[in-house]
Amino acid sequence: MAIIERPSTPAVVGAGAGAPAVVTPSQAYGVLRRPVAATGWRSWVFTVDHKKLGIMYGVVSLFFFLVGGFEALLIRLQLAGPEGTVLSAGLYNEMFTMHATTMVFLFVMPMAAAFANYLVPLQIGARDVAFPRINAFGFWCFLAGAIFINTSWFLGGAADGGWFMYQPNANALFSPSHGIDFWGLGLQITGIASLTGAVNLIVTILNMRAPGMSLMKMPIFTWMILVIQFLLLFAMPVITVALFLLMFQREFGATFFDVSAGADPLLWQHLFWIFGHPEVYIIVLPGFGIVSEVLPVFARKPLFGYRFVVFSGAAIGFVGWGVWAHHMFASGLGPVSVAVFSVATMLIAIPTGVKIVNWTMTLWGGKIWFSTAMLFAIGLIVEFTIGGLSGVTHAVAPSDTQQTDTYYIVAHFHYTIFGGAVLGLFAGFYYWWPKIFGKRLSESLGKWNFWLMIIGMNLTFGPMHIIGLQGQPRRMMNWTEARAGEGFFNLGFWNRVASVGSLILAVGVAFFIVNIWVTHRPSSKTPKSELDPWDARSLEWITQNPPKEHNFDSIPTVHALDEFFHRKYEVDHDTGEVTKVASAEEILAAEEAKADHHIHLPSPSYWPIILAFSLPVMGYGVIFNRFLIVAGALGVLLAMFGWALEPSVADDSDYDPPAEGGSNKELATIG
Amino acid sequence: MAVHTPVTDGHDDHGHGAAHATSTGLSNNKMAMWLFLGSECLLFGGLISTYMLYRGRHPADLGPDQIYDIPFTSVSSFILLMSSLTMVLAVSAASMKDDRRTNLWLTITALLGATFVGGQVYEFTSFYREGLGFTSSLFSSSFYTLTGFHGVHVTVGIIMLMALVGINKRGRIPGQKAEVVELVGLYWHFVDVVWIIIFTLVYLIPS
Repeated sequence: MAIIERPSTPAVVGAGAGAPAVVTPSQAYGVLRRPVAATGWRSWVFTVDHKKLGIMYGVVSLFFFLVGGFEALLIRLQLAGPEGTVLSAGLYNEMFTMHATTMVFLFVMPMAAAFANYLVPLQIGARDVAFPRINAFGFWCFLAGAIFINTSWFLGGAADGGWFMYQPNANALFSPSHGIDFWGLGLQITGIASLTGAVNLIVTILNMRAPGMSLMKMPIFTWMILVIQFLLLFAMPVITVALFLLMFQREFGATFFDVSAGADPLLWQHLFWIFGHPEVYIIVLPGFGIVSEVLPVFARKPLFGYRFVVFSGAAIGFVGWGVWAHHMFASGLGPVSVAVFSVATMLIAIPTGVKIVNWTMTLWGGKIWFSTAMLFAIGLIVEFTIGGLSGVTHAVAPSDTQQTDTYYIVAHFHYTIFGGAVLGLFAGFYYWWPKIFGKRLSESLGKWNFWLMIIGMNLTFGPMHIIGLQGQPRRMMNWTEARAGEGFFNLGFWNRVASVGSLILAVGVAFFIVNIWVTHRPSSKTPKSELDPWDARSLEWITQNPPKEHNFDSIPTVHALDEFFHRKYEVDHDTGEVTKVASAEEILAAEEAKADHHIHLPSPSYWPIILAFSLPVMGYGVIFNRFLIVAGALGVLLAMFGWALEPSVADDSDYDPPAEGGSNKELATIG
Repeated sequence: MAVHTPVTDGHDDHGHGAAHATSTGLSNNKMAMWLFLGSECLLFGGLISTYMLYRGRHPADLGPDQIYDIPFTSVSSFILLMSSLTMVLAVSAASMKDDRRTNLWLTITALLGATFVGGQVYEFTSFYREGLGFTSSLFSSSFYTLTGFHGVHVTVGIIMLMALVGINKRGRIPGQKAEVVELVGLYWHFVDVVWIIIFTLVYLIPS
């Protein structure tokens, strides 16, 4: 079983590298010797480093962004003309279900996790997260779940019930393929990733801030991540229950949502949306956090009303729990419920509006640098506001009843999710790229990237307001010329515009991929980024680009919000004059001069990946063969015990040669 | 769960540990356990809601009134609650670094828990013999789901307790032993508290 076991007898390794080192039997408790390689694929697969995990989260979710985008293009291609024949009706159902599932669960959420993983420890002055192995486990769970869901394409068809999987439509009777089983079990697995990630990041943020960093001196992005993790912590178990009930119904003959057995399918809707509405904020708050970092840097002003932005974020987190039934206005809840949820929904527009005002006021009077990151951030303010305004029209229940299940809803949530979450994430890409990869992305390609995406998204989603109010229903595989209407409101015209827009949007995204290639291809002439390319304000910039493995040579002491800015500049409070007193290089050199002598980093481990990949085995078992459940469960049990018995820091004997102190450990070549 | 893990975050080496204002003072492991239990509340909340919605939906002759054996379940509930007491004694022994008593009380806790689970298996079997299958009615599905989830939680707790005894006997608990015992204790008490709620709502309140 052992993948790599320490030889039980002393062996000689490292031929040709001077004096041969002696390997002694492992002193560690685990079954397996620790994978301590610092280079090569092993250093990634077994890593517990939050930065490497962040990058892996980013790469995988970017891949799924392209997959989800491809699915969206097929949908728009189908709807480009009347009686579209690109997709069959069944395939169309699978396509819109998987487009939403992919974008929500396999792109936006993990991409937010990528930023959170990479940046939160850096922003709070920590060397890693609280539970590095759980962090690795979270990533592998996400990947295992993502692969599991997508294998359904090749095993009888993907889920086809819409991402909300309404009952009883998602019963085996109406969806006999295994797609929905894959969907439910896969989301359970990615849900474990979210839950463990939430616990991990909350503990990290609350317990591991640098000296002096009180909560009110914490960077705003970290604040928003904290709010999101609490939402995840309490939202994931609810969808877990719903998915279990769904599994019991589809696999074991229960009738939780079977109307003919007297069940109440609204139970599913309630459980789903009690998860689903906090989920909406889980999706959009990372973008809010990112632009709240980007805007002050490129407007060269502190964030206007930091406290208001923090507390409105927290308020969104609280009120977000009390609005779920606005997704169900058309289900006959009764006038009292509808009125209450309608008012609560209007209420939640207030903290959101506060944020918009604060961002706008941050820009007001600033010396604005229209970098690509800044353009995306401003794009978010504009586009998200449009989505927010159409959102208020749904809060009005009578108007919502007209809009339910039309393209108007599709327009709304794409303006909020694409305009809010995705533009925010792109702002983050351009802003933190030099921090993470050591090089700036090309600004000129970035401008193309931005403008094509903005034009594309407005051409795609803008017309959906019109076709929605004209009555074109969502989730219909085609529309007919005979019912398309005439003149300005002709459905055909606006559908064609939306389809052309989606192609422009795709070209815009392609520019981003090209930009990465141009910047990082072997023959690239892009110079290494300067230490502080944007004249930034927060703690993560007091590190090398990219940061060292242990992030900080010495943990900085924090005196102010925007600590880095206040170390670089002195502000005369009478005249308001700002004078530069230190360069980023000097500040970093001063920090490195007092480096800690003993830095203990958590050691890599096999167990997270073994544990995570045992879960899809169980998933296949539920669907195909119950024996596989046992096999997967044994893997889970083995990995849990191996994990529990393994110290979080590798024993010295795991290194070659055995180190004599903490500081001069040499990393072993495995084998 | 992986809560047995001591964590080196690089901070404690430099003299600003738990008491600093930039930390809650609660150890990472303990806070993680509390957060996890907070999440579990919503899990059981969802399951209990499902049961409460469907408790009345059953054929007239196969509902809670005909099925439940309240004296029997009361006894097994009492046994489970007593296991919380022995768990406290285990935590107390661990904090006094008394390995022998720690192991003893942990074992007794696990045995009491196992008695409870055994009672549940017996209960499920007798219900099944009386005709109440998992798919018989909405009531039965939601009853078995809710109490089954709780039973699985107790079983996981028993595995944790026995693993703890085994690891402790070989002296291989990393980090602060007393805290590891306390963490398992937190989980165990949570599972007990949830049972009090389930027992009251499911068995005691007449339908």
